[in-house]
Amino acid sequence: MSRLIVRRLLVSLAVLWLVTLLVFVATLLLPGDPVRAILGQQATPERIAALRAQLDLDAPVWERYLNWLGGVVTGDLGTSTATQGPVNDLLGDRIGASLVLLVAAAVLSTLVGLALGTWSALRRGRAADHTVSGISLVIAALPEFVIGVALIVLLSTTVFPLLPSVTLAPPGEPVWSQPSQLVLPVLTLALVVTPYITRMMRATMSEVLDSGYVEMARLKGIPEKTVLLRHALPHAIGPVAQVIALQLAWLAGGVVVVEFLFRYPGVGQALIDAVNNRDVEVVQAITLLIAAVYIVVNLLADIVGILTNPKLRTEVTR
Amino acid sequence: MTTQSTVFRRALSLPQAKIGLALTAVVVLLAVLGPWLGPWLTGYDTTGFAGKPFQSDGVAGTDGLGRDVFTRFLAGGATLLLYAVLATAIGVVLGTALGMLAGYTGGRLDSLIMRGNDVLLSFPQLVFALLAIAMLGPQGWLLVLVIGITHAPRVARVARQATVAVKDSDYIKAAQLYAMPRRRILLREVLPNITGPLMVELGLRLTYSIGYVASLSFLGLGIQPPSADWGLMINENRIALVVEPWGVLLPVLAIAVLTVGTNLITDSLASAAAGREKEVAA
Repeated sequence: MSRLIVRRLLVSLAVLWLVTLLVFVATLLLPGDPVRAILGQQATPERIAALRAQLDLDAPVWERYLNWLGGVVTGDLGTSTATQGPVNDLLGDRIGASLVLLVAAAVLSTLVGLALGTWSALRRGRAADHTVSGISLVIAALPEFVIGVALIVLLSTTVFPLLPSVTLAPPGEPVWSQPSQLVLPVLTLALVVTPYITRMMRATMSEVLDSGYVEMARLKGIPEKTVLLRHALPHAIGPVAQVIALQLAWLAGGVVVVEFLFRYPGVGQALIDAVNNRDVEVVQAITLLIAAVYIVVNLLADIVGILTNPKLRTEVTR
Repeated sequence: MTTQSTVFRRALSLPQAKIGLALTAVVVLLAVLGPWLGPWLTGYDTTGFAGKPFQSDGVAGTDGLGRDVFTRFLAGGATLLLYAVLATAIGVVLGTALGMLAGYTGGRLDSLIMRGNDVLLSFPQLVFALLAIAMLGPQGWLLVLVIGITHAPRVARVARQATVAVKDSDYIKAAQLYAMPRRRILLREVLPNITGPLMVELGLRLTYSIGYVASLSFLGLGIQPPSADWGLMINENRIALVVEPWGVLLPVLAIAVLTVGTNLITDSLASAAAGREKEVAA
């Protein structure tokens, strides 16, 4: 089993390396002279020369790639063309802010999803089950910003004016200093992924509850709660872990729209600004960062899958 | 193996498919006819000035530049729908071709295609689109192409799995015995037998495409001003959500109804393809 995990780890590393290659190659797509594309037509010759030197444009492509990769590996993400400061400084606080959002949404959606899915499976075919399925189907279809706007209208501006609709903390102050401003972004992200976790949990749990060993446990007279927690849950958690991880990895991308909507000072907002400013080094750094999170979370999911279900071993390595 | 027509018939007999079709049809009609209906109903065109900014004139008021919100709302769905359909088509065709080729051929080609997939799959779709837009600028063809490309590996996974499931069937073996060329086997023998899962993918990808195109426009990086577009309208009008909510609410509602509609159809197709119509939640 450990050999399998090591192999899966190596695959992830290889994918990560290819991702750095892809992110770097994307910058070569900048049309015409990249310095002109970044600075615009009014750029002075001095600025053009400075940026050329900064981007190392006179060196051959492979050398630039190696320099950039070397920087990434040693934790130096380059210099932002927009702010002229190191990308690391720009991202420092923002990574923390985004992680708060992600972790809170992940915990909330996982707990609610597992509970609702189990509850739905126990009431299969009854009204409660139909209601949960129907609502998840509707919410699963909605893009993040639609859910976000709906929540703003409902809880902030119009129906119940309870919560702030944008982040109020001044720059420099940590976002969690005013917890109320975290509620709507976290709720939006959680609502986006909960339906998928709920549906998967319901399907897996239904299957498990029909199995021989659950029937056996019930026939032995074990209390229903123990049957559920000791006998059913461990078997359901493996396949569901993969879906949870997929959703959490997805959150890494969904955070972009949600941060923009709530003007939340995180990595996603920085990415939008960087795309607008054509701040190439920042775009590279953030896309790489998000891809890395995505890869690591998927890796963890597969490892959980391998550990909890021996039958999955062959499928995972395919 | 269920054929295409029985999957469709079974899906359509489900109540949620009928609701989904009705919802989708309403928004599609609105989006297609809207650009013509708008000027005729309200007397304004999408970029003409109807009054002062953020006033309650007309059906739904004016936006931040004093343009008529209702006219812009009616005109705002056509491009979104077109881009979403094109992106879905690119993604499904490309993904199906790659997936069938990988699944049917196996071996080295299979590994190569699927590993390439893994690399593309390690970007969230929206982030990959943003990477491309940062380099090439927010242009229509780029949105369609990049969203289509990010769909392809996801469709390919499904197509590959479905192909692997049918490739050892007797009818495929018979075709191989007749020395039918590979392309013909894939198109004539494999493809018609994997339409079930592919239809589900098509619906799912369409729902997501609508979401992505609208999200990118909402971020200001998709369809560009002064075009009338639902995603862009939400971005332009959200500062006035308290005073003039219709500029935000109408487009949000339209996108919500459209995606819920396509998702309901997709889900009923999935139930029909899996042959579990009795178990489906109404």
